[in-house]
Amino acid sequence: MSQAEPEQLYAAREPIFPKKVYGKFRNLKWIIMIVTLGIYYLTPWIRWDRGPSLPDQAVLIDMANRRFYFFWIEIWPHEFYFVAGLLVMAGLGLFLFTSALGRVWCGYTCPQTVWTDLFILVERWIEGDRNARLRLHRQKKWDFRKARLRLTKWISWLLIAVATGGAWVFYFADAPTLMRDLFTLNAHPIAYTTIAVLTGTTFFFGGFAREQICIYACPWPRIQAAMMDEDTITVAYREWRGEPRGKGKARDGLGDCIDCNACVNVCPMGIDIRDGQQLECITCALCIDACDEMMDKVGKPRGLIDYMALTDENAERAGGKAKNIWKHVFRPRTVLYTTLWGLVGVGLVVALFMRSDIDMTVAPVRNPTYVTLSDGSIRNVYEIKLRNKHGEERPFRLTVKGDPALRVQIEGSPYETVTVPPDTAKPVRVYVVAPKGSVPAESERVDFRFWVEDVTNGERAFKDTVFNGRAN
Amino acid sequence: MAKQPEKKNGDVETTGHVWDEDLQEFNNPLPKWWVWIFYLTIIWGIWYTIAYPAWPLINEATSGYKNWSTRANVAAEIADVAERNAPANSELESVELASFVNQTDSELYGYARSAGAAVFQTWCAQCHGSGAAGAKGYPNLQDDDWLWGGDIEEIHYTISHGIRNEDDADARYSEMPAFGRDELLEPAQIEQVVNYVMSLSGEAQDAAEVEAGAVVFEENCASCHMEDGTGDRAQGAPNLTDAIWLYGGDYDTLMETVTNSRYGVMPPWSEAASPAGRLSEAEIRAVALYVHQLGGGE
Repeated sequence: MSQAEPEQLYAAREPIFPKKVYGKFRNLKWIIMIVTLGIYYLTPWIRWDRGPSLPDQAVLIDMANRRFYFFWIEIWPHEFYFVAGLLVMAGLGLFLFTSALGRVWCGYTCPQTVWTDLFILVERWIEGDRNARLRLHRQKKWDFRKARLRLTKWISWLLIAVATGGAWVFYFADAPTLMRDLFTLNAHPIAYTTIAVLTGTTFFFGGFAREQICIYACPWPRIQAAMMDEDTITVAYREWRGEPRGKGKARDGLGDCIDCNACVNVCPMGIDIRDGQQLECITCALCIDACDEMMDKVGKPRGLIDYMALTDENAERAGGKAKNIWKHVFRPRTVLYTTLWGLVGVGLVVALFMRSDIDMTVAPVRNPTYVTLSDGSIRNVYEIKLRNKHGEERPFRLTVKGDPALRVQIEGSPYETVTVPPDTAKPVRVYVVAPKGSVPAESERVDFRFWVEDVTNGERAFKDTVFNGRAN
Repeated sequence: MAKQPEKKNGDVETTGHVWDEDLQEFNNPLPKWWVWIFYLTIIWGIWYTIAYPAWPLINEATSGYKNWSTRANVAAEIADVAERNAPANSELESVELASFVNQTDSELYGYARSAGAAVFQTWCAQCHGSGAAGAKGYPNLQDDDWLWGGDIEEIHYTISHGIRNEDDADARYSEMPAFGRDELLEPAQIEQVVNYVMSLSGEAQDAAEVEAGAVVFEENCASCHMEDGTGDRAQGAPNLTDAIWLYGGDYDTLMETVTNSRYGVMPPWSEAASPAGRLSEAEIRAVALYVHQLGGGE
């Protein structure tokens, strides 16, 4: 009796050597790559004048001072809902694009795709196109040429990776200063650690892991499947036109597919689109470019591999025609997503422009609830934070509106006015006093309103709170 | 679970145990990586017991060659914080308090207020309450009434030396006679003076009693509480005309106060002034400043 071989649960990765391809989708991908990488690497270097006391970096996440600067917008921690709103919009945007165009995010704009594309480009420059790379891969002996090419490639990748990690940290500190500190070894260890980690991940994900990240690590492809329907545009092979495939000039009984494998050779995911829609496909459309080029050469119509929806496939099999792409894109579902997306967006913009440059929080001190003063009047204490979001210091006057007996005093000051330094939240201890025998002093609690007003320009904000009297 | 390949008699070593005629126990070896990690954990465990406190002895445990202890770590962290605060503390010790209370925007003031709040919560809150609102017999530090003075220098002195304690010769001291217990006044006179005292802060009382009480007050109380009853801070004699009562302003409480007197104490806090003191000069200044800005500072 022989012992059965244990079944292998792990398949070794088949290396993929995507071939160079020309075409409109490839050009679109180049443009997107230049734009997205340009935004990523250059944004921290854009300057934006905010006056003398604020940073002049256009986009800055200032963790130490808890500020987020985005050109003319400044977000304080208590306005974090803007970030939540942006995340909601990002989510809805992905729903929209996925239900309309399938994995268009994966194919064109996902950082994993963009950086992998860049790494493959560098690889091609150094080691040559698919066939040269295949030969180099199969060459077992590490001669001088292989070592030189591999080393050049890895060093180039590493430089890109360092630049990627380096660009990231510039979003969190003044870029020119940090750049100088980084080179003079004066930067904070966290900056070096972050760069090291991101360099490592970029180098590994872009150079070696590549499509495995999409297939094994990323949860998004699984979620996307739930958002696609029969009208979603995906990359598909017109099997009814192409099959039976076959090489050669004699085309009797053969379909349009000349079985040249061009679509397979260019695929960065290493799949054969002619097997139908599959989990690995990121719909980058490079196979469309490759096939169109071949179809042009053999004088057949383009579109053997094409963007189409499932309904088109059924229609064409039945002898009909594919619907116009826009008819797929505009349907109730996508309109709903667009509407929701737009509503959240409009809401955020309105909130952004409605928010005041003055802001305060009022925390009534409830330990004790009230204090009796020597003349018998009743005093409540409020910890007030006055926020001045301007670049200059401003005088704020605090007043109360409610029962006319209520008087406001500020700790350590004989005045009702407090000067708040630029871009600062200043804590003030504020007393509200009700004279002996007055309504608020004798009641259990009385509602009133704090008003804060910029003395110079009259800008105002208020907060409602309560006064506790003796009966409390 | 992945399906295990079927193994037959003879393929694998068995333990030699057989049950029910053919039920054998295979002796599959552990994976090599597992065994190595196991050995490494043993080696690491031995090293750990040498390096760190581990083996219990009669009175203590072995200390380990690294001399590691959580207590020492905490002490080091406290020393580290103290060292980092040292410049601010020495600056605080040298400021002129009377003018410093107005520099509310300075960084040192912010430091002193935070440090003072921490000192207060640690050492003062037990009697004066976490909100400094006091309790019966323990003054409310948020109001504008002060027994011994409410400017920053007076507060600083009171905290440094305390009140009516045996530990500090400089402690604030005064003693109200127990008028009833020591039979200095007749019970009727006490009733009269209590009526008078209550009338001082505006409570309507029997006019005849008040009139008689005024005479008793004039003769027995005015030397400390002043003729008009506004008290004397030099002696810690409370102002009897205001709306604030340390022990209570009702009839029964005042009867008790006049009959048996009161003797509120506070320990000295300055380690320089008394061996019983627990706070450094910087800490006392910080907490004095904190108390001063609670709402009653003068």
